[in-house]
Amino acid sequence: MASRLWQERLATALLWASGFLVIGLTGALFTALFVRALPILHRQPLSSLLTGEQWQPAKGIFGFAPFLAGSLWVTLTAMALAVPLSLLTAIYLAEYARPQVRLTLKPLVDLMAGIPSVVYGVFGVLVIVPAVGKIATFVKTHLSSVPLLSPSMPPTGYSVLAGGIVLALMVSPTIIAITDEVLRSVPMSLREATLALGATRWETVRFVVLRAARPGIVSAILLGFARAFGETMAVLMVVGNVPSMPQSPFDPAYPLPALIANNYGEMMSIPLYDAALMLAALLLFVTVLVVNLAAQLILRRLGRGWAN
Amino acid sequence: MGELTWRHCKEALMQGTMVTAATLLFGSLLTLLAVVTVKGWQGMSWAMLVRLPKSGSYLGGEGGILNAIVGSLLLAVGATLLALCLALPVALLLQPDYAGRTKFAQFLRLLLNLLWGVPSIVYGACGFALLVALGWRACLLGGIIALTFVELPIMVRAMDEALRMVPKAMKEAAYSLALTRWETMRHVVVRQALPGLVTAVLLAFGRGIGDAASVLFTAGYTDNLPRSLFDPVASLPVAVFFLLNSPFAEVQRQAYAAAFVLLVLVLLVSVLTRLLAARLSRYLVR
Repeated sequence: MASRLWQERLATALLWASGFLVIGLTGALFTALFVRALPILHRQPLSSLLTGEQWQPAKGIFGFAPFLAGSLWVTLTAMALAVPLSLLTAIYLAEYARPQVRLTLKPLVDLMAGIPSVVYGVFGVLVIVPAVGKIATFVKTHLSSVPLLSPSMPPTGYSVLAGGIVLALMVSPTIIAITDEVLRSVPMSLREATLALGATRWETVRFVVLRAARPGIVSAILLGFARAFGETMAVLMVVGNVPSMPQSPFDPAYPLPALIANNYGEMMSIPLYDAALMLAALLLFVTVLVVNLAAQLILRRLGRGWAN
Repeated sequence: MGELTWRHCKEALMQGTMVTAATLLFGSLLTLLAVVTVKGWQGMSWAMLVRLPKSGSYLGGEGGILNAIVGSLLLAVGATLLALCLALPVALLLQPDYAGRTKFAQFLRLLLNLLWGVPSIVYGACGFALLVALGWRACLLGGIIALTFVELPIMVRAMDEALRMVPKAMKEAAYSLALTRWETMRHVVVRQALPGLVTAVLLAFGRGIGDAASVLFTAGYTDNLPRSLFDPVASLPVAVFFLLNSPFAEVQRQAYAAAFVLLVLVLLVSVLTRLLAARLSRYLVR
């Protein structure tokens, strides 16, 4: 009897300890990032670091603007492609597809989410980069007067657009899966009432289902954004990695994750370089955390998030 | 009447757009699978799978990618085991029997959700900082630790969902027989949730084996097999990345083969997950 009680107490203590361990590890992670980034924050205020356009570590000049711009360009391009495609696909899967079609396509969405990012990168290098290169050459020769479209450098295909397309493919399954779940949790009676009033199926979706599901869809998009913002390898392989401000979708860019991934090996020899890269990781961490937090709070308010 | 025709037109138009969007997306997926398979198959040979790279292989591309295959398996297995040791207790703690509905559990869930979204390159950077602080170089253990962070939130989330599906009546029956909470968990809840738990472990394993950004600096890269936890180790995703950067077609072919092997491994794990879950759930109480 006594031994069973002790076993119970020990198990309970261990479970609680593991919970606190997770919290402690997360705290340590954040603290480590912050402490390692401090040296550069001591030397230069954050605002000037974020707006500086020069990146010359050997001279001690660290400006993050090109990398932030690169991250934003690539992520926003990806979202511009992924959001309409994913939402339309999710509406099709949840509202229109016959059960059999749905049962075939749903595992494909899971499969798409599970493919490693370097494999997306290989696909990007083999297919997307050459295709974008051809489009860019065409634009350069025929549409060079259009602002925001004409490439400012000789086009190679390794560009914001290539990164955006690859990223769009990678984040689509996230957006589709959450949107599909949200759409299916909209009560059937709402649809029946609307259809009974003589609305077409699309009108039902547009004016009733989508409206009821709007907060869930917003958080699906936010989660997709966070995923795209932090994705490293696939983007790194196709985006060109030139540290300058991109002027068009056909220009190369250099997003934050790629900066960290490319330079970690050689940073130890230059003073403050490691602090600068840690600051890059911290920026990434904080941005993704804030966007994810917003998405989680929306989902929780809906009462159907995991954090319910 | 014109109004009605217009509305029906719009319906058809939207349906067409949706089908086009879905076709585009799933078409891209199938193209990806086809391209990687064809390219990978061209570079594939028995020697590729069972040989280590020969010295100077970055120039000529002789030898295979056994170092990356073994390294990836070691990293992913190690990280999955480590994550399992932490994920199962945390998932149990999140059940109503323990912390369940308290603020603490809510906070823990939120935290894990946030960790789930943290980019793996951040874990890689932190892991590298840790290695530098300890005075170690990139090694198998470093890679395993970084990868554990990537896998942990995925595993806890899936386990929590599996454990929550266990019927309340089963637990109540166990408690009414005077079982302690721990005995109930061990003999009833974990057994009933076993298919879900196995799925969670394999899901995390599949994510872990494909992750490159977290092991890029923490595990290093080498042409040899590791002899201890403190030796650097190659991995398939990092091999794809490095080999593809080479200007030599022979070496690039190795990269395609590595990408193909990685894809096959991930697909195998996902098929295995489904089969195993189906098989294990034969013995459940429904």
